[in-house]
Amino acid sequence: MEDILARYNYWIYVLLMMIGLYAMIAKNNLYKKVIGMSIFQTAIIVFYVSIAAKEGATIPIIQGAHGAGLVPAIDPAVYVNPLPHVLMLTAIVVGVSTLGVALAVILRIYRQYGTVEEDRILEKLR
Amino acid sequence: MIGPEQYPAVMIVVPLLAAFAINLAGLIDRRFCYPLLLLALGVAAAAALAVLGQVMRDGPISYRLGGWPPPMGIEYVVDHLNGLVLVVTCVVAFLAAVYSKRSVERELPDKIPYFYTLFILAVTGLLGMTITGDAFNLYVLMEITALTNYALIAAGRADRAPMASFTYIIIGTIGASFYLLGVGHLYIMTGSLNMADLRTILPELYTTHAVIASFIILLLGLWIKMAFFPLHGWLPNAYTHAPTATGCLIAPLVTKVSVYIMARLMFSVYSPEFSYRVFGPAEPVVWMAVAAIVAGSLMALAQKDFKKMLTYLIVAEVGYMVGGLWLANRYGITGAVLHIVNDALMTLCLFFTAGIVVYKMKGHAFTDLRGLFRKMPLTMAAFTVGALSMIGVPPTAGFFSKWYLLLGAIEAGQWGFMAALLFSSLINAVLFFKVIEIAYFEPCGVQHGHDGGQAAAHDVIAVDEAPFSMLAPLVLVSAALLAIGIYSGSLVTNIIQYAVPAGF
Repeated sequence: MEDILARYNYWIYVLLMMIGLYAMIAKNNLYKKVIGMSIFQTAIIVFYVSIAAKEGATIPIIQGAHGAGLVPAIDPAVYVNPLPHVLMLTAIVVGVSTLGVALAVILRIYRQYGTVEEDRILEKLR
Repeated sequence: MIGPEQYPAVMIVVPLLAAFAINLAGLIDRRFCYPLLLLALGVAAAAALAVLGQVMRDGPISYRLGGWPPPMGIEYVVDHLNGLVLVVTCVVAFLAAVYSKRSVERELPDKIPYFYTLFILAVTGLLGMTITGDAFNLYVLMEITALTNYALIAAGRADRAPMASFTYIIIGTIGASFYLLGVGHLYIMTGSLNMADLRTILPELYTTHAVIASFIILLLGLWIKMAFFPLHGWLPNAYTHAPTATGCLIAPLVTKVSVYIMARLMFSVYSPEFSYRVFGPAEPVVWMAVAAIVAGSLMALAQKDFKKMLTYLIVAEVGYMVGGLWLANRYGITGAVLHIVNDALMTLCLFFTAGIVVYKMKGHAFTDLRGLFRKMPLTMAAFTVGALSMIGVPPTAGFFSKWYLLLGAIEAGQWGFMAALLFSSLINAVLFFKVIEIAYFEPCGVQHGHDGGQAAAHDVIAVDEAPFSMLAPLVLVSAALLAIGIYSGSLVTNIIQYAVPAGF
């Protein structure tokens, strides 16, 4: 039980991922599938961001600069790892682009079939 | 002037900037787009050839982007394996670009600048995936490729293509996300994203659950991306209903580059020892490849549509390459790498033919192929070379990679894989001789077996060849298939044997 609680960030991301995966596979409405896709991608962003966190750590900026007189956060144990955040900025951009393309494609589908329900579209495809 | 040491960057930067240039030039006059596209891809192809020459002369190249030393900065690494893949990608993209002119003018007359912008961005993504030495950079470029592919496919026929593209978006995103998750696991364990750095840090951690899990997750992601059976569901519809020019670009390249990425992970991020021994289930993967080959071939056999049949053959061919890489011996890996080259060209040849059939006959069902040998003798001759290569008839290229794969299967004692290869050759023979029979013997436009058939068969069908810009790339590809077949020995001894990791 303690193990589970100590790694709660992993459980959250797995839960989010499964919600997303379920929506992508099981939902009939194309928009809901796309929402599931976004949740799925966000789960991985949560995963990355959470692994950067450290207990009691500060932001990765040298606080003592310019003579402010504060303790400089130079020791890696004192500040949060900034790299995963930076990586996730890119991943967020990728996610937004995917979302944009997906919505544009749905628009084209709607114009063609007049519906965004997958089963009705498949009926018309036959 | 840009010196030879900058060529690895030139290969990526020129197509990337050309994407903007094409878009802007399209605003002024859309006739500028096509020459710009050819120019950029020509430069990239020349740079790729030069880089491969350098690698063959001096060994692997490491290029530091912005001068930042790895593992902090992103580096481009070119060795014999990806040098070869880069050249193939550039050449295939160039030929597909030359070919695309007439079909894009016909199928997408209002969207030429946008189409070519996406076209060259897709090539940029593929080249970047191949050249990069950074695991996260690879994810970004993989998504650039995928996003452009979604749009390029959705530009096809309005009644089918958007739905095929949508399925691809959903499944492709799952694949890319799995890849990203695997990279995250590696990052937690090592704190590094540079492939060469990972290779040195990982061996101490090979037995940890997180590293083994990362390998499985990465493989799953890539298998989705390369349409490895049973994760191939998105591919046949997407590639069938895409515009002709899209199909000619992505059908030969995307799956092959993904297979290359898998080889890169197995050999350069993890070690071959890990992939084949510590990880364990190398043999089940070969059996999965067997399933892919058999299922792909059987599904191809069931198709009534020429282009769709070709897409299922791609699924089978992915099984060849995955199986070859997992045979875990020199012959198997050599065969798989050679097959990456051959299959890219064979698929290109067949999709070129399908595109010409679409252009001339306005359809790609088997019934549209009737009488084509008389109507378009050169096209069909080139197609026959591609078909023979798919079957694996010497001296075409397809025979030699299949031969290496068979030798690898025998050495590894994988009789199932050997049987699958032979079975697939047999199915390919049935399929392509069926196509050739329809195109050679059945008269044009007349129902087979009707009374009128006899009379029509005697009519002379006028020779009506494909336009030159479509015919020339097709003839070049089929010539290349013969040339690679004849010179496959020197290709293996000069390049591919260095691509096989040490110890095999």
